[in-house]
Amino acid sequence: MATLPSDVAAPADPPSGDVGIAAEAGGFPRPTTRLDRSLAIGFGLVALLLPFLLEALGAGYYLSLASRIVIYAIAATSLNLVLGYAGLVSFGHAAFVGLGAYATGILVSEGVVGSGWHLLATLAVTGLAALLIGAISLRTRGVYFIMITLAFAQMLFYLANSVKGYGGDEGLNIRARSVLGFGAVAIDLKNPYVLWYVAVGVLGASLLALARFGPSRLGRAVLALRDDDVRAEALGFPTYRLKLVVFVVAGALGGIAGALSVNLQGYVSPNVLHWTQSGTLMVMVILGGVATVWGGLVGAAALLLLQEVLSAYTEHWEFWTGWVLLAVVLFARQGLVGLLGSAGRSAAAAPR
Amino acid sequence: MTGVLLVEQALNGLQFGLMLFLLAAGLTLVFGVMDMINLAHGSLYMVGAFLAAWLVGLTGSFVLGVLGAVALTGLFGMALEAGLLRTLYARDHLSQVLATFALILILNDGVKMVFGTDLPLSAPAVLAGPVELFPGLQYPAYRLLILGVGLALALALYLLVQKTRMGALVRAGASNRQMATAMGTNITALFTLVFGIGAALCAVAGALLGPLLAVQVGMGENILILAFVVIVIGGIGSIRGALVGSILVGCIDTLGRTGLQQVFREFLPPQWASAAGPALASIAVYVFMAAVLAFRPQGLFPART
Repeated sequence: MATLPSDVAAPADPPSGDVGIAAEAGGFPRPTTRLDRSLAIGFGLVALLLPFLLEALGAGYYLSLASRIVIYAIAATSLNLVLGYAGLVSFGHAAFVGLGAYATGILVSEGVVGSGWHLLATLAVTGLAALLIGAISLRTRGVYFIMITLAFAQMLFYLANSVKGYGGDEGLNIRARSVLGFGAVAIDLKNPYVLWYVAVGVLGASLLALARFGPSRLGRAVLALRDDDVRAEALGFPTYRLKLVVFVVAGALGGIAGALSVNLQGYVSPNVLHWTQSGTLMVMVILGGVATVWGGLVGAAALLLLQEVLSAYTEHWEFWTGWVLLAVVLFARQGLVGLLGSAGRSAAAAPR
Repeated sequence: MTGVLLVEQALNGLQFGLMLFLLAAGLTLVFGVMDMINLAHGSLYMVGAFLAAWLVGLTGSFVLGVLGAVALTGLFGMALEAGLLRTLYARDHLSQVLATFALILILNDGVKMVFGTDLPLSAPAVLAGPVELFPGLQYPAYRLLILGVGLALALALYLLVQKTRMGALVRAGASNRQMATAMGTNITALFTLVFGIGAALCAVAGALLGPLLAVQVGMGENILILAFVVIVIGGIGSIRGALVGSILVGCIDTLGRTGLQQVFREFLPPQWASAAGPALASIAVYVFMAAVLAFRPQGLFPART
């Protein structure tokens, strides 16, 4: 695997272009099916037309819910990369989402609104944090990895609670939003349409990257170490470095989801770092389908829509959500994607 | 910090640690023997506290209320284990996380449906006042009761695990479950009982801490994570480790809260000091856990061989 290190950086920049083009440089067959392609086209159509559709139906209010789903889907997809593809049960993913939200929120509250700076700060902060947390946590395995990632997220949660200058436990309200500048034209993410298209753009790129990651050389190596760490190491894969790369990329993508969420809500509080948030993201991934391309999106959409629908009928929506989740664990072992069919079968079954 | 304050805070730390131990004891056995991540363990603590508050109000007697809540929560735990959790032992950690996270949602909202978002629970009037431990140290009598009950239960649990046949079987299961099963131990039945005892201990902690903290929905969520920290520090599956870990975590948390606040007051504005103290104390617990894992990856008292 002499070429591996050069491949390592590949997933950081999502490949552009159509879904269905030829195989990766490594020569492995890509498991792209017609269904995958039609799903991708469907996703693109929904992404493009949904704002107009909702407006036409007089339900423009739902665009904010849709944006929330998309942002959660980005976070869940980034967790799926760690959890499903690399088999690392990280119980602290909210740390990166929260750090991204705080990085952007703090910059905005200090008067820096350029989206380039926000992106840079978010990637730098969450990437570095993931590098540090990953470098330490990845030396442990099994339940200890679960607990140590949880511990780091909890540290950041309490840290955010104590930073009085930026809201402390009450959270940070921001009045302005990230501004996208193209020469003389500057658009504000306060515009719900702009936010929607940016968010679905990021999600689309992430899904595309994930779909191409599975069958790529790097992806195969990561799947190999997920299935048998010791064997992969014996075969000469730099397992520790591979895991670290996956952990950092996922952390940075989670950070972008956080940066988008602070733009959507105009608010960030320590609660985004609470362990129940990490739990919710995990639930989304498991609900949607571990190690499937569409799992994060399906899980986020299913959970948030379920909450939305139930809360319209009953004040006790959590109660019924719990029963639905329980039914999924007991009766749909591969998650919703597995239940719906072959949609996301790009990577093998869930890790133990 | 003066000597008296230090003693008082050490007692508070020990008391909080012992209550943490009551939660951690059940959690470490389920985690260690069944390799099961039970996020709903904190919900049993909440259920116990609510049942206690309800029964104390109903009977007018603190002792009767607490005993009733402990018995009911124990039975509830056994029913939960036999009805649902047992089927999860053979599943992967992810399924366990999803299922027990679902249980948190169900139990949180279920308790809200039955009892509302919070219930009043106060210490018995007899124990409301302070007791003078030695000249200059007035210590609340109710906290002394918690200390006493915690110490007695810790001792009883130690004897149960170390000196009885049942305890030997549990230890055998924690050390090597397959071997214990092969030797003829009915681990399944044993574990329904162990889970029930664990749930009952949660109820003791919930009922006793209720008057000090608050009996409210979601009260189990933060203490659950502390209990996980405790068992990771102590070594998963080890009761002795859970005891040592609990007392260490209880003392670090409690002493850190007041101690760090005092230190920060020296060089930070007061409103920053009052926020940074508790936050850093909470962080200190996790730093301590990371440090323990760095030097003893299996925890202080590893149970598995």
